[in-house]
Amino acid sequence: MRFSTEQKDSYTEVSGTGRLNMVAAPKLREVVGEVVSAGNKRIVLNMLATEFIDSSGLGALIGCLKMARQAGGDLRIACVQPQVKMVLELTSMNRVLTPHATAEGAFSND
Amino acid sequence: MRNFPARLLVVLTVLLGINYLAWRWLESLNWDAWWIAVPLVAAETYSLIDVGLFGLTVWKKKQRTAPPAPAGATVDVFITTYNEPPAMVLETALAAKAIRHPHSTWILDDGGRGEVRELARQHGLGYLTRGPDWADRPRHAKAGNLNNALMETQGEFLLILDADQVPDAAILEKTLGYFNNRRVALVQTPQYFANVPDDDPLGSQAPLFYGPIQQGKDGWNAAFFCGSNAVLRREALMQLGLAGYVKEVERGVTRALKASRTALRRARRSPEAADPLVAGLLDDVESATERARAELRAGVSLSEVTYRVRRTVDEAVQSLVGADFSSLEADLADIAALEQGTESALPGGGELDGAIERMSHRDLSPLAALESVQEVLDALSIERSAEAQPIMPMATISVTEDMATSMGMHAMGWQSVYHHEILATGLAPEDLSTMLTQRLRWAQGTIQVLLRENPLVRRGLGPAQRLMYFATMWSYLSGFAAVVYFAAPVIYLTLGVLPVTGISSEFFLRFVPFMVINQLLFAVTGRGIPTWRGQQYSLALFPTWIRACTTAARNVWFGRPLGFAVTPKTRQESGPRWDLIRPQLIVMALLAAALVVGVVRLAAGLNEPIGTLVNVAWVAFDLLVLSVLIKAVKYKGFTPEKRSVDAVQH
Repeated sequence: MRFSTEQKDSYTEVSGTGRLNMVAAPKLREVVGEVVSAGNKRIVLNMLATEFIDSSGLGALIGCLKMARQAGGDLRIACVQPQVKMVLELTSMNRVLTPHATAEGAFSND
Repeated sequence: MRNFPARLLVVLTVLLGINYLAWRWLESLNWDAWWIAVPLVAAETYSLIDVGLFGLTVWKKKQRTAPPAPAGATVDVFITTYNEPPAMVLETALAAKAIRHPHSTWILDDGGRGEVRELARQHGLGYLTRGPDWADRPRHAKAGNLNNALMETQGEFLLILDADQVPDAAILEKTLGYFNNRRVALVQTPQYFANVPDDDPLGSQAPLFYGPIQQGKDGWNAAFFCGSNAVLRREALMQLGLAGYVKEVERGVTRALKASRTALRRARRSPEAADPLVAGLLDDVESATERARAELRAGVSLSEVTYRVRRTVDEAVQSLVGADFSSLEADLADIAALEQGTESALPGGGELDGAIERMSHRDLSPLAALESVQEVLDALSIERSAEAQPIMPMATISVTEDMATSMGMHAMGWQSVYHHEILATGLAPEDLSTMLTQRLRWAQGTIQVLLRENPLVRRGLGPAQRLMYFATMWSYLSGFAAVVYFAAPVIYLTLGVLPVTGISSEFFLRFVPFMVINQLLFAVTGRGIPTWRGQQYSLALFPTWIRACTTAARNVWFGRPLGFAVTPKTRQESGPRWDLIRPQLIVMALLAAALVVGVVRLAAGLNEPIGTLVNVAWVAFDLLVLSVLIKAVKYKGFTPEKRSVDAVQH
C-alpha cells in the first residue's frame, strides 16, 4: 500500500492507495505518527483509493486516532469504498468513526 | 454410526441416573437428618449433571484429518515467556525456527531480559517485549504479552507456544489446512508432557480432556483454546479486539454522560465554584455535555461527540484563563507605570501566550480542582487511556485468557477445530507445590469466566456451545461435592446418622445399575486412556477447587486480588511438603477413625450390618481416591529411564 500526505488549509490529508490489511497497518501508523509529530493535529484519511480493509487495518485506524487525540487533535476518514463501509458496519466501528463524503467536509462542523 | 455404543450408554446412564435420583429426592430423604441428607442429595445431583454434560460432550466425538496447508499462508510463531530459564526458551525457539512451513519466530519475553534478547539476536530469532505504553498500566499477564506482540507483527496466522512446548517441525503443515475453511479461527492441538513417568503421580497428562472431551466439544463446534499449541487466525482475533473496543468506548462514554449531571451538581456546591471564573466554566461544561447527549442520541459517532466536548471545554478554559491573565497583565502594567522604568519585569507577548497555554493544560486548569468533573471529562474519550493499547484481542477478563478468547470468537460466529495429534511436547510441574499453584490458577480463571461471562446467557453462542463451555466450568465445582462425599460415610459410621430413610433393596436396584453403566460409559469412551488419575484428582484436590471458587468470586464481585502466581516451569527445591495437603490428611485420618468406630458400633449393635457394609466400602473408595496425594507428596521429580536428548538442565 502507498501513502501520500498533503497539507491543506485547515487539515493534513493522508491518502492511501491499495489494500489496508495486516501488512499495511504498521505503515499507516508510521505515516500518521510522522504527520502528528510534525505538529499537524487535524488529519483526514482519504480512502478513495483504499479498495479493501481488514480488522488489522481498522485497528491501525484506532491507533492513529489515539495518536491524533493525544496530540490534542483528531483524525477523520473520508471517501470510503463500499467494502470499507461494510466492514465498518459489520464491526460496529461506525459507532466510533464517521465516514465523511469528502475530505474537505470532514472537519466542516468543527 | 461409529459412536453408537457410546451414545447408547449415554442414554442409558442418563435414564438410570434420573431413575435413581428421582427416587432419592422424592422417597428416600431422611428429613430428620436434613443437615446431611440435603447436602448429599445435592452433591449426587451435581454429579449426575456432570455425567450428563460428559455424555452430551462425547455424543458428537469428531475425528479429523487435516486438509493440505495453503502454500501462501503467512505465520508468526509466538513463544511466550516470563521467567523460564533462557536455555529452555532457546530450545523451544530453535525447534520453532525449524518448523517447515515458512514463518517468523518470535520470543515474547515478558521478563524483558537482556540475556534472552542477546540469545535471540545470536540465533536470528525475533524478540519482542513490552513498550513504554505498558508502564503504570494493567499488564494482563500472558494475554497482555500476546496483545502487545499482535500489534508488532503481521502474519495471517499465529502459532502460540508456551516456553516449554517444543514443537514438531510438521506442526504448521498439519494444522494450517483447516483454515481453508474461511470461518475457522482456531486449531487447538493436545498438550503433552515429556517429563512424566508412566504412573503420572501428579496427574499432569490430561488424556481424557485432550481426547474424547475436546473431540466431543469439536463435534459441537466448541473445541476451545487452551493457551498453547494452537494456531489462531489473526483476523478473528482482531475482530474480537475491535468489538471489545467499541463496546468499552460506548459503555465508558454513556456512563460518563450519565454521571455528568451529578458531577456538575456536586462541583457547583464546592467552595471552588464560588469563583465566578470556575462557575462560568461549569456552565460551559454543562452545555457541552448536554449537547453531547443530544448528538449521541441523534447517532453522531463517538469520536466526534467526544472531540467536540473536549474542544469546547479546552477553549473555554483557555479563554477564561486568558481573561484572568489579561487582567493580571493590566495590573502589572499599572504597577509598572507607578514604579517607572521597570518595564523589563513584564513578560513579553510570546511568553504570556505560553503561560496561558500551560495554565490551560489539563492538570493546571481550574477544572483540575473539581475532581468529579475532571473524571467525567477524562472518561469522555475514545482512547481507552486506562489501557496500554486500545485494542485487546486476547481476552483480559480472566487469568486464563484462552477460554474467554475462544468463547468470544465462537460468539462472533467463528469456528474452531481440535486436531488430535501430539505436535508439541512440554514440561509438566515436577513437584506438588508447583502443580497445586497451576491447578489453582486454571480453576480460578475458569470460574472468573463463568462469573463474568456466563456462557449459558452469552449472546451469539448456540445452545450446545453454551453447554460445552458450561460443562468445563461445572466440573470445577466438584470440590463442594467432594466434601459431602467424604463427610457422609464418616457421619454414619461414627454417629449412626443415615442420610437415607433406609438402605433397602430399592436402593441397590436403583443405584447399582446406574453406577455400572456409568463406569461402562467411561470405559468405552476412554478406551485405552488412563482416566483414573483424573478422577482421583477431581475429588482429592477439593481444597484447591473450593479456594479457586471463593477467591474468584471475591475477585469478580468485590474486586479483591486473586493472589495470582505464574507457574514455575522448573522444580522448586525442598523436602516433602506435607503441609500442602493438610486438609486431605485430616480427612484421611477421620475416614480411618470412622472405620474403627463403625466396626465397634456394629459389634455393639448400634449400627446395622448393611449400612455399615455400604459405608465401609464408601470409605475405602474415598481413601483410595485420596491415596494419590501420598504418592504426589513423595514424588521427587522425573528421572528419565534412558538419556533423553530433550532433557532440560535445571
